[in-house]
Amino acid sequence: MGITQILFWFLSVVALFSALMVITSKNPVYSVLWLIVTFFAISGHYILLNAQFLAIVNIIVYAGAIMVLFLFVIMLMNLNKETEPQKSRWLKMAGAVAGGCLLLVLVAALKDTDMKDQQALVNEGNIGLIKNLGKELFTTYVVPFEISSVLFLSAMVGAVVIGKKE
Amino acid sequence: MILLSIDLWFILGKAILIAAIIGLSFFIAMYTTYAERKVAAWLQDRRGPNRAGPFGIFQPLADGGKLFFKEEIIPLASNKILFILGPGLAMITALVTSTVIPWAAPFVTKGGSVIPMQVADVDMGILLVFSVVSVGVYGIMIGGWASNNKFSLMAAIRGASQMVSYELPMGLALIAVLFMTGSLQMSEIVRSQVENGWHIIYQPLGFIIFFVCALAECNRTPFDLPEAENELNFGYHQEYSSMKLGFYLFAEYINMFISSAVMATVYFGGYDIPFVDESTWGLSPFWMSMISFGVLMAKISFFLFVFLWIRWTIPRFRYDQLMNLGWKKLIPLALANMIISAAVMLLLKK
Repeated sequence: MGITQILFWFLSVVALFSALMVITSKNPVYSVLWLIVTFFAISGHYILLNAQFLAIVNIIVYAGAIMVLFLFVIMLMNLNKETEPQKSRWLKMAGAVAGGCLLLVLVAALKDTDMKDQQALVNEGNIGLIKNLGKELFTTYVVPFEISSVLFLSAMVGAVVIGKKE
Repeated sequence: MILLSIDLWFILGKAILIAAIIGLSFFIAMYTTYAERKVAAWLQDRRGPNRAGPFGIFQPLADGGKLFFKEEIIPLASNKILFILGPGLAMITALVTSTVIPWAAPFVTKGGSVIPMQVADVDMGILLVFSVVSVGVYGIMIGGWASNNKFSLMAAIRGASQMVSYELPMGLALIAVLFMTGSLQMSEIVRSQVENGWHIIYQPLGFIIFFVCALAECNRTPFDLPEAENELNFGYHQEYSSMKLGFYLFAEYINMFISSAVMATVYFGGYDIPFVDESTWGLSPFWMSMISFGVLMAKISFFLFVFLWIRWTIPRFRYDQLMNLGWKKLIPLALANMIISAAVMLLLKK
């Protein structure tokens, strides 16, 4: 077993365990912290695939920015299990059924994809390095890239407008 | 030596380098606390610590010992795990950034193999620094929240929003530098400065923005609101005592050390010696590495002194002034700097 494989299994276990802890923790602050651990484990997987840019951006954007906002909201609203609204049993069952249906659809959709005989490039693929990724984004995919940037700008303007309303 | 097809020599070499860098960070941070008190004393026309050893040189050891032996108080109503996790996270995030900094010129052995004096020369170099900085907020937030004290919580949120706000102009100021190097790799950033001159010549405004943001990121005066003792009730580490408090205070000094190292590397040529071409001196590779390391340390010491100098010269900002400066002045300034740099580079290339 090489170090890549050891790391892969280690990161997979960490990712799965922390993801489970996210949904089983009673305290929402713990959930957020476990989610951060999950993001780190997933970033580790990206690094194993040599997608360094994706790995770092995953940490900066998700672990570093979005989760901070989550923590802000949870800490300021002082959520805890006493005040957490409990859904009725029917709603829980409906949720389980809906989730199961989604799983079924995903399995059905992914069953026939030709990923089976495609090996993941471990440690050697270099499309994830910033030079190659940047060239692709700004030449081949420049229109979708710019459109998504407009989307972000409009989201930002929207946030400012909502924030300004008294 | 290969076990499970892992090159153990490689891991051993890196482990030694990591241990050396962590030890160095602790040592420098320790003596920055001493320097802080001495500089404050000079600026205020006092003598400063002068009891422990000659010139009070053992003062940091005495301070550290005192912190270790003080009574450790964990508030009953606090969240114990997170209360302990907070200072630990603050320390870890302060130390991790040092992995990508090239501490000295690469060491070339007699066999011709090159040993980089850098733990990881990754393609993402400077972005890694940013990711760690953005994660650094958690030490403060978790510690402040777990204390179960509303003043701690308010201070933690104040500190976190300050750090989040000042990351943006910091990143924008750096983009202008990256235009010139064309790479995020730290070794590449230093190499391009050795060839084309230091970035401070081309990016003076960018450096000033970066420096102001570094002050804010390290919670240093004039932006030390998260720990304003007298007017804002001491801040996020109010409930902490003993070495846990020590970890928070210590992490601040390590952050100062690392951000000085980043500034020296990105804007002041890293381990490059100015005005001379040291490769013509014909020194042995060992001494070349040593001298370049010394040069980097001299630059870092200068920045550390500036940090201390500012603390004992400038009063604290008010919180709204801090936010206005970050969002309404520094971000537009950094954006303008970036666009002008890009335009000038485009014109010169034609």
